[in-house]
Amino acid sequence: MFSVARQSALRQARTQLRFAQPTALLRHSALSRLLSTLAVLEQRDGKLNVSSLAAITAGTKLGGSITAFVAGSGVKTVADEAAKVKGIEKIIYVENGAYDKGLPENFAPLLVENIKKGGFTHILAGHSAFGKNLMPRVAALLDSQQISDITEIESEDTFVRPIYAGNAILTVQSSDGIKIITVRGTAFPSPEVEGGSATIEEGVDPKADSPTEWVSEDLAKSDRPDLGSADKVVSGGRGLKSKEEFDRLMPPLADALGAAIGASRAAVDSGFADNSLQVGQTGKNVAPQLYLCAGISGAIQHLAGMKDSKVIAAINKDPDAPIFQVADVGLVGDLFDKVPELTEKLKAQ
Amino acid sequence: MSGLRILVPIKRVIDYAVKPRVNRAQTAVETAHVQHSMNPFDELSVEEAVRLRERTSEVTEILAFSAGPQKAQDILRTAMAMGADRSIHVVVEEKNALEPLGVAKLLKKVVEENKSNLVILGKQSIDDDAGQTGQMLAGLLNWSQATQASKVEVKGENVTVIREVDGGVETLKAKLPMIITTDLRLNEPRYASLPNIMKAKKKKLEKKTLADYGLDTETRLKTIKVTEPAARQGGVKVEDVDGMISKLKELGAL
Repeated sequence: MFSVARQSALRQARTQLRFAQPTALLRHSALSRLLSTLAVLEQRDGKLNVSSLAAITAGTKLGGSITAFVAGSGVKTVADEAAKVKGIEKIIYVENGAYDKGLPENFAPLLVENIKKGGFTHILAGHSAFGKNLMPRVAALLDSQQISDITEIESEDTFVRPIYAGNAILTVQSSDGIKIITVRGTAFPSPEVEGGSATIEEGVDPKADSPTEWVSEDLAKSDRPDLGSADKVVSGGRGLKSKEEFDRLMPPLADALGAAIGASRAAVDSGFADNSLQVGQTGKNVAPQLYLCAGISGAIQHLAGMKDSKVIAAINKDPDAPIFQVADVGLVGDLFDKVPELTEKLKAQ
Repeated sequence: MSGLRILVPIKRVIDYAVKPRVNRAQTAVETAHVQHSMNPFDELSVEEAVRLRERTSEVTEILAFSAGPQKAQDILRTAMAMGADRSIHVVVEEKNALEPLGVAKLLKKVVEENKSNLVILGKQSIDDDAGQTGQMLAGLLNWSQATQASKVEVKGENVTVIREVDGGVETLKAKLPMIITTDLRLNEPRYASLPNIMKAKKKKLEKKTLADYGLDTETRLKTIKVTEPAARQGGVKVEDVDGMISKLKELGAL
């Protein structure tokens, strides 16, 4: 009796609501209240890593509030900088040099404490070396099955990600209470870095010890745009034959275009180019406006890292090279002639 | 700690040279009658474990492990032919495949059972490209982790690892026990020689089930669909460099 009465009362209420506004909107606003995202930002030497802001863009697509998180020494200034980014409601910062190198052994417990305190439902970070290293550890501590390298958000629990080197696209639905996600930077354009006004708040610091010690780093110095976020990328493969030829031909072409330099695994394995330049399934994913490659055959592992580029141009002497199947513009010819000619003609423009 | 007891978890995946096809029902990638082999990053893990034994005399045991269908025993035999001493196979049918978190929980039990103090895993499997298991295991065990390793040195309990990061490399120092995941530059895996393949047939391969480990294997992620990626528009070939420049301008890329 009681339950019948309750049901009919509910039905009545529902009907009234349905008249008041469309159901989809209602569901969305109900979700937005519950949904709260923590976006983990990266910093280096007290400077915000702008490419990590893709997590903010992804958070915007989820709806709900977005809180950003940053930790390290001197991060108050990073927090001040990030406060201007559009879309962020609040920034939590933890000032402690122990987090400068992003060691997951102490960074993961730090995140977990702040996630629990803030009651966040979605934790987002870039699928960068930092995010890849840290987030699965966080997920394990929270007993959550992470979703890696997403390229689309379908709803608050349903996400799209490439599998099998991008040869298949998987849509998955997560039943975890806290969703741990890394996002593909090239799929979520950076938000506007001006006009926002987030509040800044200090986070909790569990001060966990790291049994692992950071010793040193050796980063390739470059004045060129960052490979992962460049508008244009020129990339060389095995066809360049040697490191000398790679260094002779590729940098001038990159300079003529204002492009970043990439390389295929074959070129990296042969020592023509540094490992950090590798584009592909096991290297970097890029999706520039223009991807211009020379001497790259187009193995599936390489295509995995670049086939979302807006325009692909290829120079290869083999007319049957698989790269021509994805290239918008293909030129069959000897790269040792064509690349210098292209460089000269671009410079002359 | 007396010696290195290395655990090398390996996975059977579609061979890297095969172009995967999505099935008609759009529920998964077609795996029947497709060439499978050991995940390439796992070959690097086995190789590194064997090289550690060749470099130092501190390796007490190399244990290969796989959770997968019946045929996963083939890759365990390969690992033993490369130099692993014995292996454990937890039989898991493809339709019940574990997620990385499930594998990590299983591996935690395997580590405890076999008193492993170094686990070397691939940085990712080339089928689901998740790149999570090693880090999750490190979190569950609360051990040090060094992912995407391109160089590993072990001296007593001290381990130094050079790892690949965005824009270069960094060096970490840790003490055993620890978790290492391999990057492509770490080494060049050896081929198993025929005599070693024959010898591997006599090595111990223990079969177990998930029930033996008493694990909850419920998955958290539900596949909604699997689709082919959007095909790129067929492009054009140009005759010369001028043709390329004008075409790129036409496409708005210059």
